Amino acid sequence: MNDVMEKIQTKPTEAPAKKEKAKVKKVLIICSKGKIEDVYAALVMANGALMEGIEAKMFFTFFGLEAITKKNADHLHTATVGNPAFMPGLPTMLGGLPGFEAFASYMMKKEMDKLDMPHVTEFIQMIDAGGGEIYACKLAADMFHLKKEDFLPEVKGIITVGDMYALADGEGTQIIFI
Amino acid sequence: METLVMNNGMVDVNEDGYLKNPAQWTPELAHGIAKEVNIELTDRHFEVLNWLRAKQAEGVALSIRKVGNSGLVDIKEFYQLFPGGPLKISSKIAGIPKPVSCI
Repeated sequence: MNDVMEKIQTKPTEAPAKKEKAKVKKVLIICSKGKIEDVYAALVMANGALMEGIEAKMFFTFFGLEAITKKNADHLHTATVGNPAFMPGLPTMLGGLPGFEAFASYMMKKEMDKLDMPHVTEFIQMIDAGGGEIYACKLAADMFHLKKEDFLPEVKGIITVGDMYALADGEGTQIIFI
Repeated sequence: METLVMNNGMVDVNEDGYLKNPAQWTPELAHGIAKEVNIELTDRHFEVLNWLRAKQAEGVALSIRKVGNSGLVDIKEFYQLFPGGPLKISSKIAGIPKPVSCI
């Protein structure tokens, strides 16, 4: 028994391999939601990456597709029902009153304007100008009957999930799902 | 205090290499800083740098969007002039503080 213990104790400990600090080189941001705050989170992160010299790709799917349609990109809403962090204490019934969601979304956009935050379409133009690439999900586009011409001109294509993963090719890529 | 020695002169810089005092900036210094990031400055670069310096002096919080709306350069060209993080790199070359904008 002692022999065994000795063997264990004398086993040389491996020096931890020294690693170079690996920088993020590319981000693939998947936006699956169409609420204004979720879409902005995706846009801010994509644009922020480009500002840091990090490559950025965006993939919009499901309700996130709303954010890249010509029709609705600049008319996204926040949820005033089922969103406990929105005006805590607000009775759910009030949040559901007609026009309340539109009003809350309008107020939110006003606050964003004060912070010099661009509208969704302008933000997407900025990301495109900065070399970012924007794609729509084929499966979701088929489901919502959306075609290439329904999307903003900056949308590079409607691609499959396999193509999406190909966007993340290369070392130092991070995939972010919203 | 960290200093940057360039063109026989000394200027004070912070830990990220940004000038502490924009008044110490000279075009020669800009050329020196730009060389470190492999940018050969042209007149076009200097138009942008001078605009950035003027706005910073006015106390404007600079952002990519503001540069894009300047009427001087669009965002695409801005990225081409200062590749790999245009606002930060141009601010460093322009001798103004590191931008704190998220947009």
